[in-house]
Amino acid sequence: MATVDVNGHSVELDEDGFMVNLDEWNEEVAVYLAKTEDVAELTEDHWKLVNYLKDYYKEYGIAPMVRKMCKDTGLKLKEIYDLFPTGPAKGACKVAGLPKPTGCV
Amino acid sequence: MALSNRPLLDNLKEGRYPSFVKEMEKGGAKTEQLLNLLERSYEEKKVHWKHGGIVGVRGYGGGVIGRYCDLPEEYPDVAEFHTIRVNQPSGWFYNSKSLRTLCDIWEKHGSGLTNMHGATGDAILLGTTTEHLQPIFNDLSEAGFDLGGSGSNLRTPSCCNGEARCEYSCFDAMHLCHDLTNEYQDELHRPMWPYKSKIKISGCPNDCTSSIARSDIAIIGTWRDAIQVNQAEVANYADAGMDVKREVVYKCPTKCMSYDADKKELNIDNDNCTRCMHCINTMTKALHVGKDRGASLLIGGKATIVQSAFLGWVVKPFIKLNKEDDYAELKELLEKMWDWWDENAKVRERIGELIYRKGMTDFLKAIDIEAVPQMVKHPRENPYFFWTEEEVVAEIASRKNAEVSK
Repeated sequence: MATVDVNGHSVELDEDGFMVNLDEWNEEVAVYLAKTEDVAELTEDHWKLVNYLKDYYKEYGIAPMVRKMCKDTGLKLKEIYDLFPTGPAKGACKVAGLPKPTGCV
Repeated sequence: MALSNRPLLDNLKEGRYPSFVKEMEKGGAKTEQLLNLLERSYEEKKVHWKHGGIVGVRGYGGGVIGRYCDLPEEYPDVAEFHTIRVNQPSGWFYNSKSLRTLCDIWEKHGSGLTNMHGATGDAILLGTTTEHLQPIFNDLSEAGFDLGGSGSNLRTPSCCNGEARCEYSCFDAMHLCHDLTNEYQDELHRPMWPYKSKIKISGCPNDCTSSIARSDIAIIGTWRDAIQVNQAEVANYADAGMDVKREVVYKCPTKCMSYDADKKELNIDNDNCTRCMHCINTMTKALHVGKDRGASLLIGGKATIVQSAFLGWVVKPFIKLNKEDDYAELKELLEKMWDWWDENAKVRERIGELIYRKGMTDFLKAIDIEAVPQMVKHPRENPYFFWTEEEVVAEIASRKNAEVSK
């Protein structure tokens, strides 16, 4: 567990760097988290994916399945890894402020 | 005698079986805290690892299982204790050079503890920190090793020794395992599916990889012509004192064998043989698998959660496995199965459960396979059968035609 300071706001993160309190998320936090996942700058495509994940989670209370995510965003899985080198779960979901993926990972 | 601080674990240093405690103690200071933590778990009868953990390396979505101790202040050495899955060579054949390389890398970056091997087949490197993950992956890649699978993806395929050292093997299991692993690297490293999917490959129905129970897709070698019989060797078994009738003929599940004790001659009605391997296993020198070889494809094997445990069941009784065309027929089938599953499954639904939910009819239609009797142990015992609208329309039309022609 660690608390980091993002432009004056303190954000609590777990060992894997996922947010503990999801309502602390804002765009500056996303930019901060992106840097921890090898994304130097969030481009338009990054935001498209991040916003999609946020909206989906808001509506359904879970992260979308990979196939659904690819269909809805029009991004191929390869393109998603180009955007987020650590993948949709560890990379994109973390930056979008979704809860940490669980299960047999 | 000095009092040990790990009395419970010390009990496990006695007895004849190789002791994991003794092995772990060889790690000295490096494994001291892990042993102490384990002793504490033995005392309290509970685990001291936190729930979950998401770590990894650049470009991959799986291969590393993150783990954190729930008492990091007391056991700082194991506060982060991640596991790395390294894809094993087909059939687990190593030379000492490759193992030394693996050990050197692990000595440098991790706890020095391993599991040779994980149940899926990977070489497991047990215990390292987040900061070491990318460096160790880089070192492994440099040395020619790659990570195995974890997460909702194709897990590391594994196979039996196959033709390398078994005369029963009906195809080159090791070659197929290697080929499929390479072909589906993307599916293995980047989780894209509703849940995990495992492939296991056994050269014959003895199923030395337990593929029928431990893989969603089991590829099990078989043949479709006659068992090869060497009658001179049959006679040798009889002369050496084997009661051929009692040990072989009477134990045949389909009772398709007969034995002429005077001529010391064994006869097999191959049309009624189900290729269970018993006679071949019992008289290895006299009996041999047939010459027209391939594999049966089984689907759906999985552990209990959620529906119940499934053993794989037949989806293709016989498929030829040709190295020459890079196993084209098999790969086409695999891709159709995965695609249907990926399109239709719920989150964390194994392919076996999806078939259970949607039915074999849907599944077979999606992969272009005709239903055959070998797919079931017995026909359904209830009459709740679904017809498609077209089938009903066609049936009505044919009955009308029959009446008119009367």
